[in-house]
Amino acid sequence: MAAESTLSHPDNTHPIAFTQAQLEWLPWLEPLPEAELTERHFAGLVDASRAKSPYFRLLARDPDILGARTRTDKDIFYNPEAGLPRAERELSAAAASRYNGCIYCASVHARFASHFSQRTDDVQRLLDEGVQADLGERWNTIVAASVALSSTPSAFGAEHVEQLRALGLDDLAIADVIHGAAFFNWANRLMLSLGEPQQSVAA
Amino acid sequence: MNATVSSSASAVPDVIDRLAGIAPGSHLDRVRAQREQARTHAQQSYLSLFAPVPPLIGNFEIVDRFAIAAFVAGLHGQAEAARFYADGLAGQGAEAAVLEAIAGETKRGAAAGPYGRYPAGPLSAEDAAGPSYAVGDAQRQVLGERLSSALAHAHLLVFHPRDASAAALQSLLDAGWSSTEIVTLSQLVAFLAFQIRVVTGLGALAQRPVTLVD
Repeated sequence: MAAESTLSHPDNTHPIAFTQAQLEWLPWLEPLPEAELTERHFAGLVDASRAKSPYFRLLARDPDILGARTRTDKDIFYNPEAGLPRAERELSAAAASRYNGCIYCASVHARFASHFSQRTDDVQRLLDEGVQADLGERWNTIVAASVALSSTPSAFGAEHVEQLRALGLDDLAIADVIHGAAFFNWANRLMLSLGEPQQSVAA
Repeated sequence: MNATVSSSASAVPDVIDRLAGIAPGSHLDRVRAQREQARTHAQQSYLSLFAPVPPLIGNFEIVDRFAIAAFVAGLHGQAEAARFYADGLAGQGAEAAVLEAIAGETKRGAAAGPYGRYPAGPLSAEDAAGPSYAVGDAQRQVLGERLSSALAHAHLLVFHPRDASAAALQSLLDAGWSSTEIVTLSQLVAFLAFQIRVVTGLGALAQRPVTLVD
């Protein structure tokens, strides 16, 4: 097999600030060609529409872990049964992404957090000012817990559990904060390391 | 507690249960049962990385997967996970010299993250310095070029993923990793960043039980 090399994007306009605008993402390794995807690859993609995405077609090189990861993701964020409201699951994802420095992931989940909470200005403050931004007690506490969990080694402990309980979160809601932030420590590391974000050309 | 608690908690503890100390039938077992798909597929993710269904995609040996995992778990400083993956590496029949080299590199690689640089611009004010890491010369002799380059990449992903670059991937390709194997390697390190945090988080929750639900 011929030696492989990375892909480069010399003309890419890389975003230099966190944003809620729609970004694109350019891979540094060759995604699978759409025409070569098999049943096993589609099983990993879960949604056939993901075959349009270079990110998912790159991850489809190992379809089994992609499929398991995608199903984990969907239940953590989309399962409507009790627990943390959707807006705040997205907040935990956006906070982890802001803290780790994933401009692409933060853009997607900041947009979702704004959509579900209608608190676009507060979400923008998280992006502009960082994870210390004052977003009100409840959001501050969720952000602080997500950030503590995202530190390596993790700084999350009993005090975060107590603070979340004091806000009225039950244990399923706290588990949702934990899973939302933890999952984005997975996602951030893939998006940051396998390619780069691209500023969309204004429509 | 306003959640409806399922009675169909899983009878089989998975890796997260085991490392976080969640017993079958316990309060947190029932909490996890309410996100049954997340629970099932977190474990399925572990299995697809560490006990993949043959034929293996690419040429990424299981013993090397555990070597990288032992290093990554050690860097996270979560004692149960570190022990679990170090035991897993020994269980794969790794030589004593390899076990010793991985343990030594885990200590040498210790750091606190996330740190790293942003693209030049307004975020540059948030650039945070931290160590860059390469396997020590003596350990490189034991572990080989390919595994040593994987450990360096794992260290980058664990502590300063925002310093990632195409050049970092090129150095993996140069050390003999294929694009497909790099995807699996990246998933492995990134998955552990998730699994270990779930263990930490649920472990903290388990130590502060509420009884309202019972």
